[in-house]
Amino acid sequence: MSEARTSLRFIDGEVSRELSGFDPTLTILDWLRLDERRMGTKEGCAEGDCGACTVVVGRFVGTQVRYRAINACIAPLASLDGRRLITIEHLKAGGSLHPVQQAMVDRHGSQCGFCTPGIVMSLFALWLNENEASEERIEDALAGNLCRCTGYQPIIAAGRQMFEKGAAAKKAWIAQAAAMAERIRQLQDDRRLEIRKGTRRFIAPASIEDFAKVYASHPDATILAGATDVGLWITKDMRLLDTVIHPGRIAALEGVAEKEEALVFGAMTNLADAENALSRIHPHLAELLRRFGGEQIRNVGTVGGNIANGSPIGDLPPALIALGATVTLRSQEKRRELPLEKFFIAYKRQDRHPGEFVESVRVRKLGAASLFHASKVSKRFDEDISAVCGAFRLERDAKGRINEARLAFGGMAAVPKRASRAERALVGQEWNEEAAERAAVALEKDFAPLDDWRASARYRMRCAQNLLLRFAIETSEAETETRIAGPLARRDLSGELAGAAPSREL
Amino acid sequence: MVDRSSSDERPPREREARRTAPAAAKDASSRKSRERLVTSRMHRPIPHDSAHKHVTGEALYVDDLPEPAGTAHLYLGLSDRAHARITSLDLDAVRASAGVLAVLTAADIPGMNDMSSTGRHDEVLLAADLISYHRQPIFAVVGETRDAARRACLAAKVSYEDIPPLVTVEEARSAGADFVTEPLKLERGDVTAALNASSRRLKCSMRVGGQEHFYLEGQIALAVPGEDNDVTVHSSTQHPSEIQHIVSHVLGIPSHAVTVEVRRMGGAFGGKETQGNLFACLAALAAKKLGRAVKCRPDRDDDMTITGKRHDFLIDYEVGFDDHGVIHAADLVYAARCGFSPDLSGPVTDRALFHADNCYFYPSVRARSEPFRTNTCSNTAFRGFGGPQGMLGAERLIEEVAFATGLDPLDVRKRNFYGIGERDVTPYHQRVEDNIVAEIVERLERTSRYRERRQALRSANARSRIVKRGLALTPVKFGISFTATWFNQAGALVHVYKDGSVHLNHGGTEMGQGLYMKVAQVVADEFQLGVDRVKITATTTGKVPNTSATAASSGSDLNGMAAQAAARVIKERLIGFLAEEWSVPTREILLEQGLVRAGNKSMTFEELVHAAYMARIQLSAAGFYKTPKIHWDRKSGRGHPFYYFAYGAAVSEVAIDTLTGEYRVERVDILHDCGNSLNPAIDRGQIEGGFVQGMGWLTTEELWFDKEGRLRTHAPSTYKIPVASDRPRVFNVEFFDGGGNREPTVGRSKAVGEPPLMLAISVLHALSDAVASLADYRYCPRLDTPATPERVLFAVEEMRARAAEHRHEGKW
Repeated sequence: MSEARTSLRFIDGEVSRELSGFDPTLTILDWLRLDERRMGTKEGCAEGDCGACTVVVGRFVGTQVRYRAINACIAPLASLDGRRLITIEHLKAGGSLHPVQQAMVDRHGSQCGFCTPGIVMSLFALWLNENEASEERIEDALAGNLCRCTGYQPIIAAGRQMFEKGAAAKKAWIAQAAAMAERIRQLQDDRRLEIRKGTRRFIAPASIEDFAKVYASHPDATILAGATDVGLWITKDMRLLDTVIHPGRIAALEGVAEKEEALVFGAMTNLADAENALSRIHPHLAELLRRFGGEQIRNVGTVGGNIANGSPIGDLPPALIALGATVTLRSQEKRRELPLEKFFIAYKRQDRHPGEFVESVRVRKLGAASLFHASKVSKRFDEDISAVCGAFRLERDAKGRINEARLAFGGMAAVPKRASRAERALVGQEWNEEAAERAAVALEKDFAPLDDWRASARYRMRCAQNLLLRFAIETSEAETETRIAGPLARRDLSGELAGAAPSREL
Repeated sequence: MVDRSSSDERPPREREARRTAPAAAKDASSRKSRERLVTSRMHRPIPHDSAHKHVTGEALYVDDLPEPAGTAHLYLGLSDRAHARITSLDLDAVRASAGVLAVLTAADIPGMNDMSSTGRHDEVLLAADLISYHRQPIFAVVGETRDAARRACLAAKVSYEDIPPLVTVEEARSAGADFVTEPLKLERGDVTAALNASSRRLKCSMRVGGQEHFYLEGQIALAVPGEDNDVTVHSSTQHPSEIQHIVSHVLGIPSHAVTVEVRRMGGAFGGKETQGNLFACLAALAAKKLGRAVKCRPDRDDDMTITGKRHDFLIDYEVGFDDHGVIHAADLVYAARCGFSPDLSGPVTDRALFHADNCYFYPSVRARSEPFRTNTCSNTAFRGFGGPQGMLGAERLIEEVAFATGLDPLDVRKRNFYGIGERDVTPYHQRVEDNIVAEIVERLERTSRYRERRQALRSANARSRIVKRGLALTPVKFGISFTATWFNQAGALVHVYKDGSVHLNHGGTEMGQGLYMKVAQVVADEFQLGVDRVKITATTTGKVPNTSATAASSGSDLNGMAAQAAARVIKERLIGFLAEEWSVPTREILLEQGLVRAGNKSMTFEELVHAAYMARIQLSAAGFYKTPKIHWDRKSGRGHPFYYFAYGAAVSEVAIDTLTGEYRVERVDILHDCGNSLNPAIDRGQIEGGFVQGMGWLTTEELWFDKEGRLRTHAPSTYKIPVASDRPRVFNVEFFDGGGNREPTVGRSKAVGEPPLMLAISVLHALSDAVASLADYRYCPRLDTPATPERVLFAVEEMRARAAEHRHEGKW
């Protein structure tokens, strides 16, 4: 292990930058606006929920550079180490608009214009990564971008047009991609990064071993994975974090390993990648993950972070608990593995010893006889935190009787939790609506749900019960329409009726 | 300079711009001259003037302006009680914090500690003693950086003596709380007698939620001190003149010392009509005190807790009607949560009453407002300004009558529409003289295939166990003019420079609605120049004084006319000059496509301007406009407060999930009246955007105050405005071709800022229709708003329970 590197290295558009001596938790947005006075990127909420600050970051994954939209307002500048930053200012080439920008002008996609740079950057990321996109895909790419003026219709239209008229620009992009990838590759090294100001520091270890070592010597440090929650401690709670450890450079902590009976997720696997892997287990998981924040959040939020954060309303833990996931904790001395549900002790308190961090999560696949269901209920369909999240796994014996029931819920208690009474009510039963109703009754003894601005306790309980019912109906009545939106919605009656009516103009 | 976009290739959705290009354009051989003509006229779908700057990030908002050297930053220290007396305020640790330059309290205000927009002097900037709402500002810290100022605020030690807060309208009413302003009563006929005489009557109430503006650019001000008393304030405001007057009043200096400038806002929606006062005044105060430029920008969460919102209402109604669904009498009480001060609550609650009829004639009517004082933020203007809440009451009456009579709500609506030449007097005694609602509704009913789809949905619902669908058509009639008659005036300033370029300034502000472009089109049209020849300049109190807020949808009506008047003065001078030069009658001189012609003589506009300058012709003029015909006597509740009405209608179809209450808007068809649209692209944006914003208000946007009066949905993580996937799956928008405004407005256009928001009421009624399916459409679901999934689910369960009860009683 060589000495720590004390300067941050990244590529800013086309320009190589090396920075040191800045505040260790300075955000990308504040760096852009306050230090660089580059005003194109806007602050709308400073909590990763409106997307006005969206920038695109390119990073090495395997042998390729992947470009993703992220929220600059909660992302630490230091997390850009070894990466490439693209901001709105970089898009216009030689005085002419990028096809994404031109499409936004042509389609009247801006009114007040304040959300526009962020929307352009989200669309730009989509344009880079796809050659075409359905309306639903464009909506999804924009779920993390709020616009209060347009009603989105012209923006979606711009999203269509950018593909139609973007071929030449795409060719130009591809032409320079390899050279740029090489420049980014050259920034990768195996030295620890340490940005220091006074006693405060941002440490980005380059290996798991180094992570374990540095965490052992700073057990009070804050581990910052995707910064989608810790970012708010900085921007909203005004916390001055003393030591921050960011494992974002450790390739070994990322990715999904496919085993015979399980998928093993590295703790730093982001939610976008997890979505792809989990969709192979069950389509409901893909939809659950799709509704997990906006794309900017999914691009940085991690599996390990969502678990280690211990939020009672995180969407991943209920699904993972239901599947029967185990979490592997690592410290400098040892590793230990425990069922995920045992990890959550109380509100925001987990079974994690000093110096221990989440290394990986092992998720049991479904068997041929397994039944699985996951549903999320929220006030707004996309980009909202769950009122209730329910995930259920049932295993059945040869006679079709349930011999293992795992019913896990978020939003129903201070921690993500299994419904043990409801599970017991199911074991030995056949899975049908009657069984679901019995389990629903038992649910009232299992939980005293949260009661707050997202939902009342009564609503949460009713939804939790109804999700069991939905599970039973979907199991037995393939034809019954049980979803109103998303890829799981079974049919579109409106489409049939709309028939001769004018289709949506774009 | 106006950005020109590739206007050649306009998207197909603008093809419906009703006015086809004049024949001259078709004949023009060169593309360039065609473009010039296209961009030189009104009624064209020209992109927003700043579109290029928006998409490149080059458009400057207040926070983006270069900061003068030494700019300091101000942050606010806020109360953490909703109602209390301050027993001690210890700011020593604040003063001792790193980077702190000054700490300001009420005692540091040289003029009046008041920012009320009403002149009632009852809205303090900084609370000195009494805390009236949670997160009310108590002190301000000026620091070297925003971070230093903000961090220092946290070091304050404040002790309070708590007073029980009044948070809701119900609490205020039962505690006998006072009104923040004089209530209004509108009355026509003998309501009590008419109710008694009605064959059927119903009485109930409805809760209507408020709405956070959620402008993407938060509140902000940058104050730059000048010599003497002077200060220039860059403020994100819809109302520069008010900022000017209140800054002067807080600093105790004349208005002439204060200049307020705003180039653009990143959204406003009414939230920057008065709510910028606090930030502007404190920045100006600190700037003068320190002799340094001072910027004040609250964090989003603080912005949302400090500033006022759309008023929430409790509407108590009683309606008398007959078996044919005809309403005979309506008795309505609109009680509003106004917050701790009046702000604009007077005119907002008035406008609620002005729209308590929507499109319907009430033979006898009494409507009263109850503007309650509560210990919450001071509610304010928001697109529609009470009108939407008023209309919700009217539409609830219709729904009640429809369910009670078993008639299709659309038929009930039609049976109660204002007549033409009869049954046309409003509760405020103005006759509805431009009524086109029946025509709009009939056309929309046909094009949306309302009847057929309603039938199809009903049979589909009978077959669908979990997902239920609903359909509703609701109309809008919205009164155009400030009800404060004196606000209906505007000024503009036009300069023509020696090179023939035109400088345009007016009192209206640009918040994204495209006002600057529309007014530039008017001026370009007057001079027959391309819009690119007209420089749109930032609104400033130094160029056009005593302006009204850009509000009440009035922006282009007022400023367009004022700018036209200014341009016309210059044009007439130019023509008069040329008539003498060429010795031709003025009437023979024509301005056309950048040229001036008379007979076979012609010259370019530039040549004319230059010649006029050399002949010492004044090339600058101020224009002025005041809306004709309007008057209003609030005491008697009589008058003609509105110049005209804007109309529209929408059909919405929704699907609800009866397991969770979640829903989706499947299809929306809109037919809206913009008169002769000044810019169909911009107006379409207003219609679509207004609709989706209104939909958010009625569905997922929930202001959730706890018992202590703390707003708990104060950030986008908890307060949910619509996202892209919430917009209607199918969204058909058409302009109603009604031959233009009957009144001589600018280009015979109609105001479009607010009216489309209320088209979203159709979404609420479609949800209600879907819910009603659970009890075979026998009961009115009485959905309160916002109709969150939770409210929808509970309404579903109530319908199911009533259906079971009904079955139990053997009625089916």
